[in-house]
Amino acid sequence: MFIKHSTIETKPLLLLVLIIITISIGGLVEIVPLYTVETTIERVEGVRPYTPLEQAGRNIYVREGCYLCHSQMIRPFRDEVERYGHYSLAAESMYDHPFQWGSKRTGPDLARVGGKYSNDWHVAHMINPRALVPESIMPGYPFLMRELAADDMRAHLETLRMIGVPYSDDMVENAAADLAAQADPDGDHDSLLARYPKAVVGDFDGDPSRLSEMDALLAYLQMLGTLVDFADANPANLTQ
Amino acid sequence: MATAEATAEDFGAMAGYNESIVRKFTIAATFWGVVGFAAGVLIALQLAFPVLNFDLEWLSFGRLRPVHTSAVIFAFGGNVLFATSFYVVQRTCRAPLFGGPALAGFVFWAYQLFIVMAALGYVLGITQGKEYAEPEWFVDLWLTVLWVVYLVIFLGTLLTRREPHIYVANWFFLAFIVTVAVLHLVNNATVPVSFTGAKSYTLWSGVQDALTQWWYAHNAVGFFLTAGFLGIMYYFVPKQVNRPIYSYRLSVVHFWSLIFLYIWAGPHHLHYTALPDWAQTLGMAFSVMLWMPSWGGMINGLMTLSGAWDRLRTDPILKLLVVSVAFYGMSTFEGPVMSIKAVNSLSHYTDWTIGHVHSGALGWVAFVSFGAIYYLVPRLWQRERLYSIRLVNTHFWIATIGIVFYITSMWVSGIMQGLMWRTYDALGFLEYSFVETVEAMHPYYLIRAFGGILFLIGSLIMVYNLWQTVRGRIRDEKPFGVPVRDREDG
Repeated sequence: MFIKHSTIETKPLLLLVLIIITISIGGLVEIVPLYTVETTIERVEGVRPYTPLEQAGRNIYVREGCYLCHSQMIRPFRDEVERYGHYSLAAESMYDHPFQWGSKRTGPDLARVGGKYSNDWHVAHMINPRALVPESIMPGYPFLMRELAADDMRAHLETLRMIGVPYSDDMVENAAADLAAQADPDGDHDSLLARYPKAVVGDFDGDPSRLSEMDALLAYLQMLGTLVDFADANPANLTQ
Repeated sequence: MATAEATAEDFGAMAGYNESIVRKFTIAATFWGVVGFAAGVLIALQLAFPVLNFDLEWLSFGRLRPVHTSAVIFAFGGNVLFATSFYVVQRTCRAPLFGGPALAGFVFWAYQLFIVMAALGYVLGITQGKEYAEPEWFVDLWLTVLWVVYLVIFLGTLLTRREPHIYVANWFFLAFIVTVAVLHLVNNATVPVSFTGAKSYTLWSGVQDALTQWWYAHNAVGFFLTAGFLGIMYYFVPKQVNRPIYSYRLSVVHFWSLIFLYIWAGPHHLHYTALPDWAQTLGMAFSVMLWMPSWGGMINGLMTLSGAWDRLRTDPILKLLVVSVAFYGMSTFEGPVMSIKAVNSLSHYTDWTIGHVHSGALGWVAFVSFGAIYYLVPRLWQRERLYSIRLVNTHFWIATIGIVFYITSMWVSGIMQGLMWRTYDALGFLEYSFVETVEAMHPYYLIRAFGGILFLIGSLIMVYNLWQTVRGRIRDEKPFGVPVRDREDG
């Protein structure tokens, strides 16, 4: 080296600058290419922004710390693919702010839980997991039957659009209407589904008269992992 | 000798060192340590007995787990780092804290407010949903302000020092302060939905957010829980054993290689995920390389005892410090092993990871902290010695046995669950449903909780011992070998 270490350890500002340079290299080399290499996100069809109700449900998922026990990332192993479904793609979480891949499976992976269980099963399971699965160690969530406080979903969509989620003007304009329509059995599902294909509609929590946190959480859980049609996907487009 | 100690203390007073701020941070560290360990015991019991979630949102595992992790890492560990870095930097620079008592006092109260705001937020469901970076945007901004003040105090003290060289402990403290600032700012870049509400959305998304998060979280381990605590080791081990650091050259090599390599290791948390393979491979390669500088630090700490190993028989404080370095060596060997993709395919998502973290957090971080606190309290309150040396030994053994219960039960449960998930029967079907693997964890969750309870009891013994010391009491007890403070190491 050109600088003697005795010089570095007598000059605090030089020490500070050299530390910053040393710790910057690894992070820059690893993180920056994830934004510049195009194949990082696979080229698959079907991934769309969350509906206002799904996003509200996802916020409840985050709030309750579900990610601390449930992963949303299926690894490409035979046993995981048989247990949970096709391995997860980067594309499937491209609109996730924040990502919820998780790091621990105290409970099972949820990346493709959408459509696996009925709404009734989920409601009963959330209220008292041991009523359906006696060995379960999941906490009960009976309080999710309370009313959903989400009158500002338009502001949420606008914020997400600001940071890159492709919500159209139409989606933002209709945020409140879409929120109400999705869990209402008599709601305007056609225009909702035009904006958000494959959204699961209808009453989720068994009480059509009001919109609960349970409705929102189930709208989110029931679509997880269902957007990409793997029967149609070209394998070449799945390589990163 | 007592006289030598008095002289050292007089010197401290004459030099105008700010000891009062170190006392405050020491009290806070001890308090939050007990809170954090107790929270850990509660959530460990929740996994064994789910009824302890009480169906209440404020007490459910998902909200209390961040309370536990933040309390032990940031509240306990953070206050220990403030206490020791402020103590060490003044003495090794022979200069009082830059900015005077007001600036340091601000950092103390601001940091306690940060802790309370973060913890209240978790319980109320205010979280960013990123592990170890849960506090929302307004709490993050507050931490940024106080962290800049911390850096100004520390760097200012280095700049106004009266020693020609910056002591090695301070290189580590400086690297810890600066790198944590960089990690915090990048990983917590969020856009609030409104400036009057708590909710924000992380700027990054999906795969990029995942790597940014684990770059942050792995280096929270690398710089908060490793570099900072190596700074503690580099001051308190030589002081307690009364010998210089084993090798200056090794400390130079291991410092620069440690901080360079650590930053690359984050992707090993994302093996076999949707993160591109090249990034996973880089993370694995650098994690394996990281073994070397980690053991460089361990060797430098342990070899400082060369020729003084007999002191382990008679000095339980030294025992805590040395065993902490041994646990550091063990965890930093286990880590690179777990970062190898083939091993990680089994260990990831299981309790093995939890066990690994705790061998580092309990064995290394908490033990080196206990050693430093036992060293500091009699000096800060100008007592002749600790109330009881024997109780330090009791604390050491109860806590060590607790750690052994903890990490062995997590090894067994983690490896067992990983194997059960991938077991096939003779007909080619998956042998176990998921919930069967959950059921199989129950005995190990009980053993783990028992280990945690032992560790908590040990910390309560420490609190009692420190409280009696501060009150000026000396326990009438049979000397433990030669009483620690009756040596010439003042």
